[in-house]
Amino acid sequence: MKLVFEKVVLPLSDFALELDLSLQTETLGLFGPSGSGKTSLLDLIAGVRHPAKGRIVVDDVVLTDRVARVSVPSRERGIGYVSQEGALFPHFSVEENLRYGGQRRGFAVISFDRVVSVLNLQTLLQRRIVNLSGGEKQRVALGRALLSSPRLLLLDEPLSSLDAALREETMELLEQVRNEFRVPWIYVSHVPWELQRLCTEILVLDHGRVVRQGPVEKIFTVSSEPVWRLRQDD
Amino acid sequence: MITSEWQVVWFTVGSAALATLLILVPGLALAWVLARFHWPGKAIVETITALPLVMPPVATGLILLKLLGRRGPIGSWLESLDLSIVFTWRAVVIAAAVMSFPLLVRSVRVAFEEINPRLEQIARTLGAGEMRVFFTITLPLAARGIVAGTLLAFARALGEFGATVMLAGNIPGKTATLSLAIYNLVQLGDDDTALRLLAYLIAIAFTAVWLGERVLGSKRRKQ
Repeated sequence: MKLVFEKVVLPLSDFALELDLSLQTETLGLFGPSGSGKTSLLDLIAGVRHPAKGRIVVDDVVLTDRVARVSVPSRERGIGYVSQEGALFPHFSVEENLRYGGQRRGFAVISFDRVVSVLNLQTLLQRRIVNLSGGEKQRVALGRALLSSPRLLLLDEPLSSLDAALREETMELLEQVRNEFRVPWIYVSHVPWELQRLCTEILVLDHGRVVRQGPVEKIFTVSSEPVWRLRQDD
Repeated sequence: MITSEWQVVWFTVGSAALATLLILVPGLALAWVLARFHWPGKAIVETITALPLVMPPVATGLILLKLLGRRGPIGSWLESLDLSIVFTWRAVVIAAAVMSFPLLVRSVRVAFEEINPRLEQIARTLGAGEMRVFFTITLPLAARGIVAGTLLAFARALGEFGATVMLAGNIPGKTATLSLAIYNLVQLGDDDTALRLLAYLIAIAFTAVWLGERVLGSKRRKQ
């Protein structure tokens, strides 16, 4: 995945998210304190929010260009978005949620049965959303995003609401999804060992600005959980 | 209940139902626009929409009379199409519709605003267009609020008096609704019949409001 942000500015309530970078990676991690602009960055890529200035390009496809007045609608971007709270449609069953997106023309087809099998959703298909646990909701949200055949997955702190055991289990599942479906992702978290396991490249955001960027091993030093620190610049 | 009383009851229920149907689609559309968009001048639209709630109904009726009367800007145009409004059953329906409209818009707007916008945003990222998002996500999730608002608007239309008497007059057997008939009967000293009609009106309005509250109550419990 090639991701380009050219002089992108998105005014937020207390500060502006300002991005000017280009990078190439299959698994990008976004790290930073709460309110640093991580979710807003995902919203820009998904077309949920629109920048005041700048240009956003994913894999040579211009998604937003304020000067050229280009703004590809969300529905045509081919971006799978798993938001923090899952955002499952509460009036649909699990299967109806999974099938909401459907396959898009021009994108690699991801099989419904394969997704259900890998994410272990067989027994949940007829369940109502209100009857799912936190972990189950995240699995369904991930499956729904995958089944829309995205060019890129956005994962916004998918493990934040889970307890330690479930977090480990879901992390293994995410590794399996990465290896099986090979969809590039941007993974947001403020937990370094999640990013260390699931991402190769890291952006560190603070107050809307990228303060560090580089391979994960150059960004974090994680000796053992929960001990970690940001590495100093070489 | 004698035949003429039945006629008044049915005329009232029918005109209130028609008025509610008439405002349903524009009411939903306006409520959705107010709930989802911000633009300069939005407060003016909100204020105009809410005016019939706070203005005396007779004043609203007078405005309608000036607009829809034979010499009014809309009324004269309708006359050219051979369509009379004032002092007809149509005037009863229009007066009830105008007076119920703000109540419907307020209830439905709250229902739309209560929907997590993330759900609609995610639906779009999954490839859904605006119409599909509205009909598969927004509308079903706001359904209880819409039903409750519709029933409240219907109840308001049932009891409409001031605007109706200005626009439709008070013509027994032609434009007299339950409210107007009760007023006529009291003026004539026939309190027994007036109280009987009052009982019908209370029963119908009670049922509509009770159903509305039940629908909203089940919504609150589910939350």
